[in-house]
Amino acid sequence: MFKLLDGSQTLGRGWTFWSCFLVVLTAALIYPVFADSYDVGNFSYFLIWIFMALGLCLMWGYGGMLSFGQTLFFGISGYAYGVLAINMGGGSTTIAALILSIVIAMIAAGILGYFMIWGGINGIFFGIVTLSATLVLAFFLGQTAGPEWHIGPARLNGYNGMKGMDPLAVGDFYIEGSALYYFMVALIVIVYLALRMLVNSRIGNVIVATRENPQRAEMLGYDVRKYQLLTFIIGSGLAGLSGALYTSWGQFITPSSIGLPAAAMPIVWVAFSGRTDLTATLVGSFLLLFGFQTITVYSQQAALVLMGALLLATVMLAPQGFVLGVGKLVADRWTARRRRGASAALADASRLQPDET
Amino acid sequence: MALVDVKGVTKRFGGLTAVSDVDLTVNAGEIHCLIGPNGAGKSTLFKLIVGLYPPTKGAILFDSIDITEERPFARVQRGMSIKMQAPSVFKELRVRQNIQIALQKRFSDAKRVVEEDRLLTLLHLAPESGKLAGALSHGQQQWLEIGMALALQPQLLLLDEPTAGMSPEETFRTGELIKSFNAEGMTVLVVEHDMAFVRQIAQRVTVLHLGKIFARGNLEAIIQDEKVAEIYLGKTHAH
Repeated sequence: MFKLLDGSQTLGRGWTFWSCFLVVLTAALIYPVFADSYDVGNFSYFLIWIFMALGLCLMWGYGGMLSFGQTLFFGISGYAYGVLAINMGGGSTTIAALILSIVIAMIAAGILGYFMIWGGINGIFFGIVTLSATLVLAFFLGQTAGPEWHIGPARLNGYNGMKGMDPLAVGDFYIEGSALYYFMVALIVIVYLALRMLVNSRIGNVIVATRENPQRAEMLGYDVRKYQLLTFIIGSGLAGLSGALYTSWGQFITPSSIGLPAAAMPIVWVAFSGRTDLTATLVGSFLLLFGFQTITVYSQQAALVLMGALLLATVMLAPQGFVLGVGKLVADRWTARRRRGASAALADASRLQPDET
Repeated sequence: MALVDVKGVTKRFGGLTAVSDVDLTVNAGEIHCLIGPNGAGKSTLFKLIVGLYPPTKGAILFDSIDITEERPFARVQRGMSIKMQAPSVFKELRVRQNIQIALQKRFSDAKRVVEEDRLLTLLHLAPESGKLAGALSHGQQQWLEIGMALALQPQLLLLDEPTAGMSPEETFRTGELIKSFNAEGMTVLVVEHDMAFVRQIAQRVTVLHLGKIFARGNLEAIIQDEKVAEIYLGKTHAH
């Protein structure tokens, strides 16, 4: 099963890549020892969004479905976590609330995806429909400020945002600060490795084949609709994971985390990073989030303008993504250097041969 | 025994009737060629059989089972395999991966690699196996798609102009390949323009004209038919 970690659908393989992976992971694990708690909290915040980016990478880059609905499922799961955590009483039940909220987001994705995919919606129309659904949810939640909008004791609160839910907890131990950071790192490692195995598996082959030529894939006996739906549910479920973690992290969620500017962000992260590779998306999204947060401290508007400029630059200069382009360049140079080294060694050996005999 | 039975099928596109009340039987184990001049309705009939178009009227049976309402993937799962007119491959994937996706349903990983190598050699694509399929020549893409269709080991192989864009040598090789698979029991239905290719492979021929069956029989009888020569072959080609 683990041999699927390397394959034709993912950049990076062999001991060099996995050594680098372990170095980065080790650095991530020892980071809280050296950083202050504010920075660790910030890093946890960046990591929250990575799941959403990886989900979009799977749908768009591998499956060819450009979904503007990542914040739709982020919102569904985020609000679901809030409602469930408040209604179930907090404490250890928050773990159940986390799982249930992701399941709810996946069920919603299954229903929306079924009607879109079985209805033959594809290409740009897939983006339009998912964006429309996202905006409908954002507008709906925006008008829930009145006291009549509540589910049990959980008030939705319109644009003021929903609050009062517990963070994730096991017994009396709240998963906050460094604990939350380690929880995020563990989840990212699991999700990243699982997605690598998925895209390099037989299912992954069909997902990519469907992106390339859905009619040909169907002519090989695959019901491409089922594979598209599966991809959409997994990708949207990952957005749901981001949403539930976000609400748990901040104990707060508002409709603005669903609306148009928020919905465009995952597209920018994934396009800039390189939508056809999970590693590029992971690294690129983290870098962009870090940069965005740093600039936001000075000016939120400037950060948004920069994101727009980056999207334009990506489309015009590196349509396959900047991080993926750099990654491929490094990989090609590394391979060429090793080949030159091997050729030189072979030439030396052949020169030595006459003397030895 | 009939493997494919097309019964009274009609296909209309608005006011245009592309295929009109066609009955066609393809017997198990034969190579059946569908010929006719441009606009005769050959490709439309082909798409009706593979499930890309729903018929306006009539029924299509495969192995005595009514498949009229079934989508293409379900027909493929029943034992059909399809090669379309224009090369239809996964252009951004490597040649070997194209074959792999076609084979992966039938084989475990180890056996699949052996079968990949066998097919790539058979198709003369082994040296190109690491290339992107989109980088192959038109003729090589045709071969690759034929290979993907053969990889399914179907009961019925459906080929729509399989030799378009191929050199005469490649065309001949394709004909021999089809005949060798037919000798192993595979039924083949081919839509083709190239009469030299039809002569090479056909055991039975159906001529379509203006969306209707115009003639059917063995190739020699069809060629001798003056009316067929007039509408399609041209009188000078008849002898």
